[in-house]
Amino acid sequence: MEYVLSLEIIYLIASVTYILGLKMLGHPETARRGNLIAATGMTLAILGTIFLYEGEVPGFIYILIAIAIVLGTVLGWLKAKRVQMTKMPELVSLFNGMGGASAALIGLIEFGHYQGNTLSMITILGGIIIGSISFSGSMIAWGKLNGTFKKPLRLPKYNLLNNLIFLGIIAFAGYMVWSQSGSQLFLYILFFGALAYGVLFVLPIGGADMPVVISLLNSFTGLAAALGGFLYGNMVMLTGGILVGSAGTILTFAMCNAMNRSLVNVIFGGFGDTDSGG
Amino acid sequence: MTELIDFISNNFQMIYIVILMIFVGVEVIGHVPAVLHTPLMSGANAIHGVVIIGAILVMLGADPDNTLALALGFVAVLLGTLNVVGGFVVTDRMLEMFKKKK
Repeated sequence: MEYVLSLEIIYLIASVTYILGLKMLGHPETARRGNLIAATGMTLAILGTIFLYEGEVPGFIYILIAIAIVLGTVLGWLKAKRVQMTKMPELVSLFNGMGGASAALIGLIEFGHYQGNTLSMITILGGIIIGSISFSGSMIAWGKLNGTFKKPLRLPKYNLLNNLIFLGIIAFAGYMVWSQSGSQLFLYILFFGALAYGVLFVLPIGGADMPVVISLLNSFTGLAAALGGFLYGNMVMLTGGILVGSAGTILTFAMCNAMNRSLVNVIFGGFGDTDSGG
Repeated sequence: MTELIDFISNNFQMIYIVILMIFVGVEVIGHVPAVLHTPLMSGANAIHGVVIIGAILVMLGADPDNTLALALGFVAVLLGTLNVVGGFVVTDRMLEMFKKKK
């Protein structure tokens, strides 16, 4: 009977609530209930992870986790409750960035623990790159929406420059995997490189296109969470992450369609707004 | 190459799940009215807060003497919680407004 409460079953239930929740969020009459169902599943998964963990854990670590969760809950709750209607999209971007940062931090900590395992290393470096881009990109999107960066800032030849930096990051990560590098210096170069790319990626994009960018970064964070799931063999991270990654990508395209633009035009655009004379 | 084949046969279940979930994600979004785009994005944003599970696992498995890992793990759990709680609450508020308007 103790299997009834097993963590795997809790994770399975949580995964189902995410699918149901997203499905219900797509219909006006069930949307609010769907959000609540997914939130319940998430709470179950978090509590299960903490209380059904097998292994000796010193008490102070539990206290640290509890402090972090209580602090995060209070801050997140207050921030979300107090925000004005018009400022909600920028808050979504802020929270999205927090998730990306969390994924990148997990990668930074785990980097030293999986030396010599090529595929784990790819998973970890992938999580760091995607999580960091999502974090810094979301912070810029947040800044653009709240008016900190009003005008699109474009370096000369920014498209070429950005693509080169991105290829550079991938090549550098590839080199780290190939050489089985355990260098902390290389790790932080990669981390800061990805952070810089996230900034450069979002800066040239106009403020009106931010919802599309946030949706794109949202699916990035989903992917980063899924990579974490792969690393730990954790099913609920895998299902939740992939679900958001895939649904988020489709949603990004749907948002572009609603604005009569292509995603390529939004990201590499620029000519879109010169055409209209703005 | 052998490593890749080993990887695929060792992780077959996970690969199955990834592929099926991609299709589920696509199907679930299907034909969503444009007014619901933002709440849906916000709801999905809260769901990828599931990354907090990884942050908790890092903390639970951390070496108690490794202060740096504990500090980074603490921040990761904190940020993950912000993502989850903030994400779900802000989605609820959006939908609340949406209902009033109708």
